[in-house]
Amino acid sequence: MGLKRDVSLSTGLRYRGPAGYLTFILHRIGGLGMGIFITLHILASFVGGRFGGAINGIYENWAFQIFIFFCVMFHAINGLRITILDLFPKLLDYQTEAIWIEWAVFIPLFGISVFVIMQTALGG
Amino acid sequence: MTKKSRTLSIKGRGLTSFESIMWLFTRLSALAMYALILFGLIGALVMGARNNMNFADVMRWAFMPNVTHVQSTDLESTDAWVTPFWKLTASALLLVATAHGVHGLVVIADDYIAGEGGRKFVRLLSIIMMASMSFMGLWIIWTS
Repeated sequence: MGLKRDVSLSTGLRYRGPAGYLTFILHRIGGLGMGIFITLHILASFVGGRFGGAINGIYENWAFQIFIFFCVMFHAINGLRITILDLFPKLLDYQTEAIWIEWAVFIPLFGISVFVIMQTALGG
Repeated sequence: MTKKSRTLSIKGRGLTSFESIMWLFTRLSALAMYALILFGLIGALVMGARNNMNFADVMRWAFMPNVTHVQSTDLESTDAWVTPFWKLTASALLLVATAHGVHGLVVIADDYIAGEGGRKFVRLLSIIMMASMSFMGLWIIWTS
């Protein structure tokens, strides 16, 4: 248990690695976002009643839907990249290229999703 | 510039400690969740989702195949959607996702909490969270 990095929270948040720091921090934000949402969602569904209804009403808001879909999509696609590269370690040499492919998959998928969510929200 | 691989094969890394086993579990559970979500998506389409619900509802079902997620759709009957088969699928997804997620929160906390006491507290908290979320989730799945 001798691992002591002594990194403060602010230093941690300002971390800039040589490659993929953006995906690293977005993966973290996405995971936290989903963790908080799913915890609240399970709690609200378990408790039910007026309290549960109020909490479960939050995610019907289109802005929240866009946020949570960003969390899910990015975490899933970035996670698949991490999984593939980690399970086939020889591919780690091509991490930068893999991150470009990842963005090429994520941006169109998320763009279409935002378009559909906005269309439903504004078109009623 | 010649590139020499600095990486070890999975076997060469030696999965001995709990943390390194969980490292592998995180990757494998990600694949399992992909499989289960795809399974739910295909299941919804086989049960005729194309005719009476929009894509958002199909995805909501795929991410957690629980009947409450399709009750607001135009389905004539939800009988096929409340079978023990789907409750088992939902339970599997819940347990895998809870383990993956709670461990992920511990990994994040470890990056900012370096003290031994703090880390012990995080682990205690994670066990409580793991147990309570699994229990409440299973309760919701099997009583709805």
